[in-house]
Amino acid sequence: MGCASRLPAWVELALLPALNLAIAALIAGLVVVLIGEDPLEAVGLLVYGAFGYGEAIGYTLFYTTNFLFTGLAVALAFHAGHFNIGGEGQAYLGGLGATLVALHWGQLPSPISIPLAVAGAALFGGAWAFVPGWLYARRGSHVVITTIMMNFVAAALMTYLVVNVLIKPGQQIPETDIFAPTVWVPPLAPLSASLGLDLGRAPVNHSLFLALVCCLAFWAFVWRSRFGYELRVVGKSEAAAIYAGIAPGRVTIVAMTLSGALAGLLAVNEILGSQHRLVLGFTGGYGFVGIAVALMGRNHPVGIVLAALLFGALYQGGSELAFDMPEISRDMVVVIQGLVILFAGALEHLFRAPLENLVSRLQVAR
Amino acid sequence: MAAPAIELRGISKRFGPVVANDRVDLVVEAGTIHGIVGENGAGKSTLMNILYGYHRADAGAIRIDGVPTRIARPIDAIRAGIGMVHQHFMLVATFTVLENLLLGAEGGPLLAAGAARLRAELARIGREHGLDVDPDARVGDLPVGLQQRVEILKALCRGARVLILDEPTGVLTPQEADELFRILAALRAQGRTVLLVTHKLREIMAVTDRVSVMRGGRMVAHRRTAETSREELAELMVGRKIQLRPDKRPVRPGRPVLTVRDLEVADDRGVRRVKGVSFEVRAGEIVGIAGVAGNGQSELLEAIAGIRSADRGEILIAGRPVRGASNARPRGVGHVPEDRLRMGLVGHLPASENAILGYHRRRDYVAHGLLRRGRIVDTCAGWLERYDIRPRAPLMPALAFSGGNQQKLVVARELEHDPELILAGQPTRGVDIGAIEFIHGRLLAMRDAGKAVLLVSVELDEILALSDRVLVMFDGRIVGELAAEEADERRIGLLMAGIAAEAA
Amino acid sequence: MDAIWLQTLLLADSTVRLATPLVFCALAGLLSERAGVVNIALEGKMLGGAFAAAAAAAVTGSAWIGLLAACTFACALALLHGFATITHRGEQVVSGVAINIVVAGLGPTLADAWFGQAGRIPLPGSDARFAPIELPGAGGAPAIPVLGPLYAEVVSGHNLLVYLAVAAVPTVAWILAKTRFGLRLRAVGESPEAVDTAGIGVEALRYAALLSAGLLCGLAGAYLSIAQNAGFIRDMTAGKGFLALAALIFGKWRPVPAVLACLLFAFADAAQVRLQGTPLPFVGTVPTQAIQALPYLLTLLLLAGFVGRAVAPRALGRPYVKDR
Repeated sequence: MGCASRLPAWVELALLPALNLAIAALIAGLVVVLIGEDPLEAVGLLVYGAFGYGEAIGYTLFYTTNFLFTGLAVALAFHAGHFNIGGEGQAYLGGLGATLVALHWGQLPSPISIPLAVAGAALFGGAWAFVPGWLYARRGSHVVITTIMMNFVAAALMTYLVVNVLIKPGQQIPETDIFAPTVWVPPLAPLSASLGLDLGRAPVNHSLFLALVCCLAFWAFVWRSRFGYELRVVGKSEAAAIYAGIAPGRVTIVAMTLSGALAGLLAVNEILGSQHRLVLGFTGGYGFVGIAVALMGRNHPVGIVLAALLFGALYQGGSELAFDMPEISRDMVVVIQGLVILFAGALEHLFRAPLENLVSRLQVAR
Repeated sequence: MAAPAIELRGISKRFGPVVANDRVDLVVEAGTIHGIVGENGAGKSTLMNILYGYHRADAGAIRIDGVPTRIARPIDAIRAGIGMVHQHFMLVATFTVLENLLLGAEGGPLLAAGAARLRAELARIGREHGLDVDPDARVGDLPVGLQQRVEILKALCRGARVLILDEPTGVLTPQEADELFRILAALRAQGRTVLLVTHKLREIMAVTDRVSVMRGGRMVAHRRTAETSREELAELMVGRKIQLRPDKRPVRPGRPVLTVRDLEVADDRGVRRVKGVSFEVRAGEIVGIAGVAGNGQSELLEAIAGIRSADRGEILIAGRPVRGASNARPRGVGHVPEDRLRMGLVGHLPASENAILGYHRRRDYVAHGLLRRGRIVDTCAGWLERYDIRPRAPLMPALAFSGGNQQKLVVARELEHDPELILAGQPTRGVDIGAIEFIHGRLLAMRDAGKAVLLVSVELDEILALSDRVLVMFDGRIVGELAAEEADERRIGLLMAGIAAEAA
Repeated sequence: MDAIWLQTLLLADSTVRLATPLVFCALAGLLSERAGVVNIALEGKMLGGAFAAAAAAAVTGSAWIGLLAACTFACALALLHGFATITHRGEQVVSGVAINIVVAGLGPTLADAWFGQAGRIPLPGSDARFAPIELPGAGGAPAIPVLGPLYAEVVSGHNLLVYLAVAAVPTVAWILAKTRFGLRLRAVGESPEAVDTAGIGVEALRYAALLSAGLLCGLAGAYLSIAQNAGFIRDMTAGKGFLALAALIFGKWRPVPAVLACLLFAFADAAQVRLQGTPLPFVGTVPTQAIQALPYLLTLLLLAGFVGRAVAPRALGRPYVKDR
């Protein structure tokens, strides 16, 4: 997005996001003041709530894992020149894929059932994003609009399936039966306890490693692989891609499908790692947070890791904060998330343009 | 003597680090046609856009009819009686002619009254100047010549006494251009002033009273047209003596490399643009395709490059058909596309990644699905050196290079992968004279090395300078073929206008 | 016979009620998108309007002040949208998403803090709401066969904002087609450079379009919280902004077809509530979710070009940057 940067890398990758974050934090602080609380105290509580003790860290890392998946999903589509707002729906369908595998083959030994369930999540998430990809490539429909529509269709479809088809027999609550424990992604608590950190009952699990592997693979794929090169060419200029003998339609379809698969992996963390059953609305807006994470992380895995950690901390610290300061609700975190998208994404030129002017003036002076 | 219609003093304008206008002075007498010539990038358009208020000058003063005038926005210029026909038309394609004329001249918050008044005005102007156009036609459906007429009408309806035309003939046939010049002369006869911006010396000599020459953002000379010559103007434009025709060794054509038979190609909207074209290009010769822009050359070139599929006919490279761009390159087709920024380069990617665009599947650059970055950067660095592309920064985004250097990068990529056939579309559009000479030299060297070259250009000078044979395209057909020695401007010009070869 | 007619009328009546916020939002989307600004923020602006209306009405007890607050706040969001997309040429979709999310969080946060009601704002008295308006003669009309009940049930008995929505349709269509503002607005969405060189400020024009859209979103929001319902609740727009966007695209960015699409979607919604569990002839029992998904599926089909082709304004989504 935007034009080729004329800024030094440290400004582009550190100063600019920091400035964006600072102003978002400043405005959030104003909202806290408006509510009649002390923002500094709130920050203190938030940081303690996110990192202050083992269980807090565990929850923070659990949310971080979610945001890594959805952030990577948005970023991958960005590199192919598309804005995938459908992470929410793709993750939702990923949950269906994981659930179907878990309910049918969950009793198989873990080394078989877990990879199968992970594949199910990726497959269904990918399939749900394949549709907008295909519609764009073959029918020219705008991805932003189609992914929004697909979110609503996903919500309706999943409600129908959970309420009418997959519901645990003889039960009123709209959720499936508990999966066989063999298909649960094991929690990190035992591992961390052996390292001396007590994560308490935090649901953080081995999906975190899967997410980090995805980050690495993302980097290698986008910047080092031939297909990643084609994907970036398509994302920057379809005409140039056609000129170079690259089929933009095929690349878009693959990119969207992979993006959806990444979003679908959210279900591995939430469903296989924590809930151990399919519940309605388990995606909880994480798909949309992915947009903020990708924008803030400049669509690069390193930035995405940092941004995901930041939002993980906000989510966990925010819940604790809401508990300690009843005047502040958890929705405050949503406000901050929106402000980050506003300043890191929509208003990125606010600081960029003056900084660029400054840099070019310094260069001229030299 | 009356005050000049336009007087510009010390106009300066920078875009970031680029100085587009540097203390430019210009005086235009009322009731004249005043030409402004210069190379691409000399700052002509910027200057005119400043006079029209589209861009704001960093420094300088403007006087209209002797009165100091501040022009910060187009509305200031319009109020001062200045109208402008931009190089890219400023029309709303989905609107009717009348709606386009109304825009900005509505005459009140409701449209009905203004529309009626304009309709009458349009009929009157149509009668007076012979500028007829259907007010209810959708502008997007009109041919470019008529669209340009709508632009002129727009200015006249707003009462323009000074009319600026920026490169108005680029999209016109010679006949349409003549018609335009007739209209301009009629406007002059009414006492209006015309500013004609062009890089075509022929047009300057044909219609202007005076001419000003720009070079590198500065105004370098003012002349009465009657007292100057094309040679002098060309030298002023470039700043040194230029050799309009490079030395060529005699042509020794070999076996046919490209054979096109009965080709038909449609554009994006499905309109047939190439209508049954057949020709050959042999090893060791340059075949030039001349024609006014939009007569099917672009589609022809893209079809041969495999970017656009043909509806009918055959394209053979060394006797075998090609399928798609990904198939053409391995068969030895190098393609310098007409629009380098849209097609030939990905502006945001570094020069090194642009150096492999289209060749990125070669084993030299990829191993096990991964890019061989070191080798790619080294290769690119080597070309930057040999083609004198500055700065020598293979990791800098392509966008950050100047137009000439960008084009040299494209040419390097397409010539360095050992092509048998080179497709060169407008290879020197928008580049400086130094780069033009360099690129022409490279193309001739390829020909001398026994490669086949197909050159498509709307610049007659370029066609004449390089081609061993000239094919002229008009309305999707090849309407004439001339050998280099029998090709001249007049003959080609008549063919380009669609006048049959016998008449020529 | 009468019973079926009455059922039909009740269905029509609830269609009108459900269509009202969609119509306001679709018209809002029309104004901004025809001016070249993608308005994915309809949802957030409407939600912001609903929050502001409820908050102001709850505090002052006046529906009118609530309405004013809704329009003011929605317009403020429109200004923010404009600041990002017009002044700073930010990505239009991203800024829309940002506004949606900020408002989704801000409403409940402030409702919690100010009214202590876990993300809700209840309204105190009936003055704080727009009451149904009995049109003249509606009381005696049902006596007249067929048309009487139609008048009494469907035409009469809505609140002021419903009638405002009805009036807004021809008004917006007329403004677009017949006024200077409309001509310029249509032009700037197709070719901002033509507008600029015609001596008209592109930025001011797009701001004006966004502000008019904001005003309509404010009306939609006020309708939700202080007319149709009594108070603000978390996420009360529930995707209506996106549904309106779908209707706009389904109507191919033209006012009357867009409004018809709103009515179609609202009708599906009204029918869905009534049909729950009831088997239909030929198709049997249709799951509610299928009807809920219908508008989105229809729009997807349209976007895919299977039911006509929707051509967006040419400059839609592109910030205006002068070329050199």
